[in-house]
Amino acid sequence: MTTLTTPSLPHASPRTPCLCAHCRTIVPAGEVREDEHEQFCCGGCRAVYHAIHSCGLEEYYALRERMESGETPAKLADSSFAELDDPAFQASACVRDASGAMSCELLVEGVHCAACMWLIENLTRVVPGLVSARLDFTRSLVRVAWDPERTRLSAIATAMARFGYVAHPARAGEARAARRRQDRDALIRIGVAGACAGNVMLLAFALYSGEFATIEEPFLTIFRVLSMLLGVLAIAWPGSVFFRGAFAAIRTRTWHLDMPVALALGVGTIVGVVNTLRGEGHLYFDSLTMLVFLLLGGRWLQLRQQRQATDSVELLFSLTPRRAHRVNDAGMIEDVAVDALERGDILEIACNESFPVDGIVLVGASTADASVLTGESRPVPIAQGDEVAAGSVNLSGVVRVRASAVGRDTRVGRMMALIEEMSRRRVPVIGSADRIAGPFVLAVFLLAGLTLALHAHEGLPAAFEHAVALLVVCCPCAAALATPLATSAAIGRAARRGILIKGGDVLESLSRPGEIVLDKTGTLTEGRFDLREWIGDESMRSVVATMERGASHPIAAALAHAGDAHVDLERIEHVPGSGMLANLAGERIAVGSEVFMRELGVTLEAPLAERVCAASASALTPVLIARGSRVVAAAMLGDALRPGVRDTLDALRARGWATTLLSGDDPGPVSACAEACGFAPDAAHARVTPEGKREYIAQRAESGRVVMVGDGVNDAAALASASVGIAVRGGAEASLAAADVYMRHDDASLLVELVDSSKRAVRAIRRCLAIAIGYNAIAAALAVAGLITPLAAAVIMPISSLTVIALALRARTFGGES
Amino acid sequence: MSVLLIVLPLALILAGIGVAAFVWTVRTGQMDDLDSPALRMLFDDQKPSDTKPRE
Repeated sequence: MTTLTTPSLPHASPRTPCLCAHCRTIVPAGEVREDEHEQFCCGGCRAVYHAIHSCGLEEYYALRERMESGETPAKLADSSFAELDDPAFQASACVRDASGAMSCELLVEGVHCAACMWLIENLTRVVPGLVSARLDFTRSLVRVAWDPERTRLSAIATAMARFGYVAHPARAGEARAARRRQDRDALIRIGVAGACAGNVMLLAFALYSGEFATIEEPFLTIFRVLSMLLGVLAIAWPGSVFFRGAFAAIRTRTWHLDMPVALALGVGTIVGVVNTLRGEGHLYFDSLTMLVFLLLGGRWLQLRQQRQATDSVELLFSLTPRRAHRVNDAGMIEDVAVDALERGDILEIACNESFPVDGIVLVGASTADASVLTGESRPVPIAQGDEVAAGSVNLSGVVRVRASAVGRDTRVGRMMALIEEMSRRRVPVIGSADRIAGPFVLAVFLLAGLTLALHAHEGLPAAFEHAVALLVVCCPCAAALATPLATSAAIGRAARRGILIKGGDVLESLSRPGEIVLDKTGTLTEGRFDLREWIGDESMRSVVATMERGASHPIAAALAHAGDAHVDLERIEHVPGSGMLANLAGERIAVGSEVFMRELGVTLEAPLAERVCAASASALTPVLIARGSRVVAAAMLGDALRPGVRDTLDALRARGWATTLLSGDDPGPVSACAEACGFAPDAAHARVTPEGKREYIAQRAESGRVVMVGDGVNDAAALASASVGIAVRGGAEASLAAADVYMRHDDASLLVELVDSSKRAVRAIRRCLAIAIGYNAIAAALAVAGLITPLAAAVIMPISSLTVIALALRARTFGGES
Repeated sequence: MSVLLIVLPLALILAGIGVAAFVWTVRTGQMDDLDSPALRMLFDDQKPSDTKPRE
């Protein structure tokens, strides 16, 4: 039973006729039932087997078989992970510990749930020599430690890849280490500030009750000195960030909420210390330490939000391979690092490898999947003289290319540089709180001056006392907490609904209608070919399915499910870039495009030709099937719309959003899709390059808010330059990195929920801010009037913060009203 | 009230120990990843030798 989650190893169980269909242990003789196809070792396995089948999850067994056969998914075939064993890489990225074990961090793709974590961490039992594997789930970062005597890093990566987790060397190790240090420092500051605040509060209780009852002199002094020591500690260590922030703001001549905080902390501390030493007057350390603690807490929440956004970015450059096969002058093929390539080098690219450079095909013919760049799902035939782009995948034949651009000069390299630059330029937005900073600081200073002036007749010390009280109660504590708290509450709720939001500014941008631009392939449509219509001889279905089953090609994948039966065929042959040939009982069967049929001298006759024409007009791609010298059937392939897309778009339009379709695909499919989704004809653009998408978005973003929804790498630049970029499920990692929002579920209606909930979230944030500022205003009025005592200040501040916290956490946003 | 002279420093020392322990946990990276351990505890421990499927 336990093998349910333990995929056995390739060499694990030799297959004997009588193995349990579920757990693969040998079925005891007494349990064998002659009349059944499947045999089980026990009742439990039988129950589980039938439960799995009745839930429609039988794919589990197919998956298990694939793992056991050691077959790798086509996508991974190009990486032997040899680059991970490169001494230069290991010297820079790996650490050797005292026991001689090496350790290194790898980014893994495809980590979804706890089971993924289980699989990865239990690889130690599968790969001899792998000492430990620890997965950081949120960051998809796995730290592996291995014994270099017994295994290699590439072997570990290959083992992970067999289970579907593609490992990439984690770059930017230094930046990550710096971030980690920053995170830890922030956490320590919060801890220290919290401890100080708690203890000062306890002492303050004694002091305040001492004001009402009597307190003996030595204790009074002890309490006051202790709270001064703790208060000064809290302000000098964790509180120093506010002084640094305020100085930075002064130096750059901007307003910042750190300024009133630093002023209040500074003046409050000085007055408190002086009063402690004098032995009379008010101490403010209880309020001040609590202020430091709460503000640091709010800041930490905000930092965490932004961290999660930046952590997932580093897969960007794994689009192009890191090793290439170069043909040297002697005509020999050598394995070189991509970095070493130069313009003019001749490279050989095998089947299923991706092109490491932009180049021109010298020898060979094949098809290439350029969806990375164009978003078009249909493979493009390439032949001698054609240009190929780095990052696209060579699908069907071996080709040699001459490099015309390498590294960052390639089209995909330039695009990535652009995305990188844009995500760097995007300054973390703190939102509304920052915008009120200027007026707020000014108001506080004016009020403090006013208080001093009003109470000048009571003598300078008394007037000063009132001004300090004002500064303390005016600290934007609740206001600084309101935005991050309400935002992170909304983001947390959204995450539970499968919408991952990277920053609070997204909510604000989405709360008011603007223009929403959508990509077609993979966003509005499923992004893969399906057999939509079969015209002609039905009996050819199984023949075609049998032919295509072995091929790794998006079209082949669609046709492989055309029929169920297996047909005996001879000499199945793949013609790169064109189609397939086979022999069925002496007759030639050809599957391919119209061009291919013409080349073969096969004729497409009238009734079938008309129907094929009609179907092509409705944006379906025809694949013709010929038997002998005559086309007998045609498979019409198309990319189906995702369910609920039309309703979603209509709902968005009803909310005042303008919708636009931008696609890299041909005009035919685009206009068909636009019609089905209700786009205005002039709002649907076909054959838009990735650069064109970015330009369109950038241009629109100048005049207003533009939301871009896309899935592919080709959308990444556009996603990054939009006010809000939304990546939909299954998208390429690069688009996730560039986007602000990621939809985890395949449900178009989430877009509507996102828009509606953002509106509610922004309303909640405004409400919290209003209340926080209201508290500050009332307290300020009392302070100006000279009515605020330190006790009142100490009570009002936490109450205002608590109200805001409660309101922020209770706000109904995502998953609330809908 | 003079008990305070003993209790107060004691309380502060305890608080100091708490803070020191917290700083230690942060510095040793125990607070770096707060999500994975919550999932990790779902898995049963299994001895490396225990790979034979049970029935």
